[in-house]
Amino acid sequence: MNYVIIGNGTAAVGTIEGIRAVDPTGPITVISDEIYPVYGRPLISYLLLGKTTEDKMLHYRPADFYEKNGVKTMLGRTVTKIDPAAKSVLLEGGEAVPYDKLCICTGSRPFVPPMEGLDTVPHKTSFMTLDDAKRLDTMLGADNDKRVLIIGAGLIGLKCAEGIYQRVKKLTVIDLAPRILPNVLTEVPAAIIQKHIEGKGVQFILGDSVARFDGTTATLQSGGTIDFDVLVIAVGVRPNTELAADAGCEVNRGILTDNHSATTVPDIYAAGDCTVSHDIAADTDRILAILPNAYMQGETAGRNMAGSNTSFDKAIPMNASGFMGLHMITAGSYDGETYLEQDEDHYKLLVTRDNHLVGFIMIGDVDRAGIYTSLIREQTPLDSIDFSLIREKPQLMAFSRAERAKKLGGAH
Amino acid sequence: MCEYYCAFANSGKSSMVKALKDHKIAPRIRIEERNNISFAVSCRHCTDPLCVKGCISGALTIVDGAVQIDSDKCVGCYTCILSCPYGALSTSNEGAIQKCELCAKNEFGQPMCVQGCPNKAIVYEER
Repeated sequence: MNYVIIGNGTAAVGTIEGIRAVDPTGPITVISDEIYPVYGRPLISYLLLGKTTEDKMLHYRPADFYEKNGVKTMLGRTVTKIDPAAKSVLLEGGEAVPYDKLCICTGSRPFVPPMEGLDTVPHKTSFMTLDDAKRLDTMLGADNDKRVLIIGAGLIGLKCAEGIYQRVKKLTVIDLAPRILPNVLTEVPAAIIQKHIEGKGVQFILGDSVARFDGTTATLQSGGTIDFDVLVIAVGVRPNTELAADAGCEVNRGILTDNHSATTVPDIYAAGDCTVSHDIAADTDRILAILPNAYMQGETAGRNMAGSNTSFDKAIPMNASGFMGLHMITAGSYDGETYLEQDEDHYKLLVTRDNHLVGFIMIGDVDRAGIYTSLIREQTPLDSIDFSLIREKPQLMAFSRAERAKKLGGAH
Repeated sequence: MCEYYCAFANSGKSSMVKALKDHKIAPRIRIEERNNISFAVSCRHCTDPLCVKGCISGALTIVDGAVQIDSDKCVGCYTCILSCPYGALSTSNEGAIQKCELCAKNEFGQPMCVQGCPNKAIVYEER
């Protein structure tokens, strides 16, 4: 069996490791337009913060990962077309790479909305790739004298803010939404984190947007102006679906896959940020552009490409993130009955629906949050555990003796 | 006792007194207690570990069947704490997360919690 993977991010690593769990020898080719070996994309903010280095980043997997797994890499190469009839992938320059099984791990790209005068801004970047981080690093320089404007108060914008806040003169984050992290948090916890970040000197402008740019001045819809030196555009991402759509795969916002990570075209699989997932917490289809999900989808694709019969049907939105020392863990859906605990530096919201935990938000104390995540992923009926205990804190004591024996005494 | 033995084993100190006296201990195994029930929870070293799959930095890996953490690579994002169904990874003062590594990396080489349990309630065996 001859395997080809387009893309070289986490979904691709999951695919490689999934294939190799089943088929130790079939040749694998990875084609990516990035020149780097795989790295964890979310690390780019930690690179700017100094919590990691480029060298460490590029060792997301050991240096001999590709060689050891019998993977041929074609880096810095762009795929122009998938030909499902000929079962080959065409590269820029005309070369064709044949496949028996193909996995599309093309990820997503920054969404840059049309903004008047954006082309007049001299120093601007998105914040998604290692090259983006390096570009931003160069723009900031070493003198802590730059005024930075970040458009977008989502995870990417705020992690970027964390990465650079200690090395700028002024940092402003603007978002059209009335609160920060609008896709991840509800109002109250968003306000807690906003206050914490503001305490580190970051200024937020919410419920407003840039009407136009004129060089290094942004004029807001509300009429005010902001002068800046460096602009970071972190409005959101869009899945890279063009190759898949062109090959005949069904695509709506992302590439559609079943729970085997198979697309609607035979022998073509897809995984990661370019796909639509089924979110079991909200029972809805959506794009879950998160790293663990990319790995799991990729691993599922890889195993199935190699002939096994593996399903992944536990996708939920989930995020663990810290902002300047304040940690937050969230998962699932916030639609249901709520249980809230809150004091000065800690916030915990549990959301239940129809005898199940469907979501939670923890800020500050995030100890053992995975026990909650597991209740959502496994759709554990709450009447099978002691909910009053689990509500108090995540603990295995809340499970029955038999269940505990299985968890703590069995093989996993 | 397992918590104390764990904290000592991973402290790098030469004696239990030096390791534990006047220290707030941060063991990698923890006791859950309620009424007359108590049990110890530490990493299950899953064969299919969600923490390893979800690790954004590649700091968590499987080495000879045990899940190990490379503290130097870990950026402290806590995705593993979000992922672990057993609540077996925890934060540490050093920024990186900490977890049971079966004492493979300290001078003892064998799980000290097992040796230190007076009731022989913790066993170390292949399952």
